[in-house]
Amino acid sequence: MNAHDQNHAARPNAPTTTYLYDSYDAAFVKARVEEFRTQVARRLDGSLTEDEFRPLRLMNGLYLQLHAYMLRVAIPYGTLTARQMRRLADIADKWDKGYGHFTTRQNLQYNWPKLVDVPDILGALAEVEMHAIQTSGNCIRNVTADQFAGVATDEYEDPRPTAEFLRQWSSLHPEFSFLPRKFKIAVTGAAHDRAAIKFHDIGLRLRADDAGAPGYEVIVGGGLGRSPFVGKTVRDFLPRADLLAFLEAILRVYNRFGRRDNKYKARIKILVHETGLDELKAQIEAEFAAMDRAPFAYDAEEFARIAGFFAPPPYEVLPAGSPALEQARRDDPAFDAFAASNVAPHKVPGYAIVTVSLKPEGGIPGDATSEQMRILAAASERFGFGELRVSHAQNIVLPHVKQDELQALWRMLAAAGLATPNVGLITDIISCPGLDYCALATARSIPIAQAISRRFADVDRQREIGELGIKISGCINACGHHHIGAIGILGLEKRGQESYQITLGGDPTLQASIGELLGPGVGAELVADTIERLVDLYLAERRPGERFIDAWRRIGHARFKEALAREGEHGADI
Amino acid sequence: MAAFKHPQILLASDLRDGEVLFLAETGWVRDHRLAQVARDAAAAAALESRGKAELAANKVVDVYLADVEIDAGGAPQPLHYREKARVVGPSVRRDLGKQAREPEEAR
Repeated sequence: MNAHDQNHAARPNAPTTTYLYDSYDAAFVKARVEEFRTQVARRLDGSLTEDEFRPLRLMNGLYLQLHAYMLRVAIPYGTLTARQMRRLADIADKWDKGYGHFTTRQNLQYNWPKLVDVPDILGALAEVEMHAIQTSGNCIRNVTADQFAGVATDEYEDPRPTAEFLRQWSSLHPEFSFLPRKFKIAVTGAAHDRAAIKFHDIGLRLRADDAGAPGYEVIVGGGLGRSPFVGKTVRDFLPRADLLAFLEAILRVYNRFGRRDNKYKARIKILVHETGLDELKAQIEAEFAAMDRAPFAYDAEEFARIAGFFAPPPYEVLPAGSPALEQARRDDPAFDAFAASNVAPHKVPGYAIVTVSLKPEGGIPGDATSEQMRILAAASERFGFGELRVSHAQNIVLPHVKQDELQALWRMLAAAGLATPNVGLITDIISCPGLDYCALATARSIPIAQAISRRFADVDRQREIGELGIKISGCINACGHHHIGAIGILGLEKRGQESYQITLGGDPTLQASIGELLGPGVGAELVADTIERLVDLYLAERRPGERFIDAWRRIGHARFKEALAREGEHGADI
Repeated sequence: MAAFKHPQILLASDLRDGEVLFLAETGWVRDHRLAQVARDAAAAAALESRGKAELAANKVVDVYLADVEIDAGGAPQPLHYREKARVVGPSVRRDLGKQAREPEEAR
């Protein structure tokens, strides 16, 4: 039994594939907004000091950065409706500077909100069933998921019902509001991991047991930051009925034994590393066996209620292929380039998944103007049941587009500067905001991404290079996931200057690997040159069909280091 | 206390909008060139003391001293790139940062 209305039905004209608040959810979020409104008022009149207010604002996603406050808005498992996207655009225009930044955790950040306006912003979000709760602080953060959830051809089960189930369990969970550090959960239901589950505090992979019953592989202790670790499996198969209780047990063990004496050693990955996997598994299983599991008993009716919101939209019955699409690709090379890189197969015949790149030539990765957000909303309504997704690669996905309509969608996107044909290619760069906005950063990230984007702007050259992920972080906290880029770039301070370390061989998928350092850092002006030399070596040495990461694995790290060292003899400080 | 090596100015963020502020003799200003410069350890301590009082009065947040050098025009210019960035605004989207509302020569 729970507080939700079990008979709550989807409203007319609402998208059919998104969780909808019932009166309980709406009241909860609205109450939270009003609570924060009073807290802001008390801060402004001096009743609360900054030390008292900071944890309150962080719990509501509000940071203080270098030039302004920053508000991080939760986009649960990266799923948005057209109405919500429009509201994000309206907020950007009314209270910010006309744009937003989509992040590697499928969230959206506003870089310029005023403290006095934030309660109104949160109120505007609440009206469209959104919030900023637990997007910061030492709590369970926004649960992320595969951006192709529900439509991927390699999917066992849609991860969104599980992610929503966990969101409701973890929201304002009284026992886990002051954990040793932040805690991030990612879920995938597909064979190919697009959610980087091995690099989260908990990663869940939906799977069936031998009898076909649904459950999860549970992976714990992955993470990036100062000490990167690949997560380790603590349960090969966890029955769905045990999901909440088992995660409760993991969090309790972490809450009890996680280090609070050193913030750099406080994540669960350090606990796994220092305790040892076998001992930690024993502790989790002991807690799971001893705990009162009744409060966390699986509520099949509630899970079914949630899963009902993610039912497939009313697809038309279509043939598997589209002659119109094939003809359009033959007739228009620009559209063909887009279709080759930004369109993925869909599980339903006649449909496709479209990834809209937020990485135009020389652009800021993940940024979208309010006008672009409105066009994306309109495109989703015209071509895709009014649904959008945010990927951890900082792009936007339209998950249900008819193949016959791909060219029309492409024209609409192109007119708004949203048809860059580079998804998965070298200019599809993941980048944190870096020192241009973030108070934690030690170097800028965005200008490095822009320089590389411009250097490799030629689409034909990008296609020749093929799949290659570059990921850039402006500090050791690794929001830009540099450890798991085939080429990773980390900005640091070295003798009072910005310096960039380069790593090779990172892989965010289930083949998970952490990149290896190429050598001492280089100055900002040399990063694009260095990347180009690495790419040239790859192109010279690769075998047919071999991706950069595969060539690096075959050739070996030393070969890349040696090649650059020889180049360095001629002037570059590599 | 660390040895005093360079002149210093005091930075903070405005409580209401988060914008970077600099402590001048007349109070908080948004142009770093107008900031009061501490030229010895005692002056720096006094500057910091004033800033902390303002912090306690809930006018500003995140108060700290930063090293500067004095340019040919007599204005303080930060030595570290972090504070150099704070005085001019982000190096990207300059149309949206504080530099967008300042005269060209101030960038």
